[in-house]
Amino acid sequence: MNARDTLIHAVVLGGFSLAAAGLLASGNMFTAEEIRLRAIEDLQASLTQVIPATIHDNNPVADAASVEGRKVYRALKAGKVTGVAFESSANGYAGEIRVILGVDVEGRILGVRVVKHAETPGLGDKIEVAKSDWITRFTGLFLGDPPEDKWAVKKDGGPFDQFAGATITPRATVNAIRDGLKFFAAHKTEMLEVR
Amino acid sequence: MAQYRTIIRQGLWDNNVVFGQMLGLCPTLAVTSTATNGLGMGLATLAVVTAANLLVSALRRFITAEVRIPAFVLIIATMVTVVDMAMNAWLHELYKVLGLFIPLIVVNCLVLGRAESFASKNPLAPSIVDGLAMGVGFTLALVVVGGLREVIGTGTLFANASGLLGPAFTFLEMKLTPADYPGALVMILPPGGFVAVGVLIALKRIIDARAGKKVDTSATSVCHAAE
Repeated sequence: MNARDTLIHAVVLGGFSLAAAGLLASGNMFTAEEIRLRAIEDLQASLTQVIPATIHDNNPVADAASVEGRKVYRALKAGKVTGVAFESSANGYAGEIRVILGVDVEGRILGVRVVKHAETPGLGDKIEVAKSDWITRFTGLFLGDPPEDKWAVKKDGGPFDQFAGATITPRATVNAIRDGLKFFAAHKTEMLEVR
Repeated sequence: MAQYRTIIRQGLWDNNVVFGQMLGLCPTLAVTSTATNGLGMGLATLAVVTAANLLVSALRRFITAEVRIPAFVLIIATMVTVVDMAMNAWLHELYKVLGLFIPLIVVNCLVLGRAESFASKNPLAPSIVDGLAMGVGFTLALVVVGGLREVIGTGTLFANASGLLGPAFTFLEMKLTPADYPGALVMILPPGGFVAVGVLIALKRIIDARAGKKVDTSATSVCHAAE
């Protein structure tokens, strides 16, 4: 291969790389804002499922604070905090299971939804509200009902159902919710403080 | 027309991506725990392989032989990334269903394989037909593998199809076994994927052998090493 050929290859590949870089940069420019808005809409959609509309007159997405590195979204009614929503997670069968948890000022669960998981379709995905109403079982519970050491699936001596063929997934989800409640109990004052 | 008939036949059966060429086995095994997942991955790949064939065929005169592989990879990766961003921004509902599959398509050897072995040597029209035929063949293969695993594994077929295709397709969702069918967990887990693909490849070879076709067992490819 002589020098001239090498130059031609370099120019061809360089040209393609430049064109690709240009396309990616402009693609990113055109979509970045839209994608950011979609992410906010998604967050809003999951927040409305865990914080009932009746208990707040603000926009919890806009009323976010950071407590110990965790984003906390606050529901306010007439300037008073009526509840908070935050994420919690635990390791399931196939990676992280992430839940968003809404609790009232007493630490009672207003609602829980799984926002991200990679559990086995057809088995572990019953933690999604679209597939089963299992997750709605937690509404109204708190640390104490059941007691902290009883936050477990039936197989481990707790009150929560496991799924046929899948125990790890519901066990991890129960843990994520319990850890979320413990986090709330430990940081209650900061989380409920109006800024 | 005879040329197109051959291309379509190759894509759908003779040289089917999964059962003939045995390419793209990583996405095949990973996402086919249900027929619906297979369909989603298949359709997304169909779009990408067709568009990649079109672009590569259109640009084939500008790409010198020595740098063709990096140039194809660049074209495919750029295209998939742009599609990924655009879907996230403007087709967000669909993106939430298919989003998981899209980045996986970049590493599907089928796309690079067709660019290298067909689109870079053929005019625009046959390249597009080849992309469509290969894509449809891949989609059918994934639906069959997914369907087999789903029916044996959980007793359903096309579960949650309405989530992918819209509420009009709820009729596809079927329960084929009695309510107390315990399911066969192994078919849903990765080993079940290997079992299903192996059984189906054997079936295709039996059919081909019965039809008196010479069975080509030398399915090899440059990118098998990469998978």
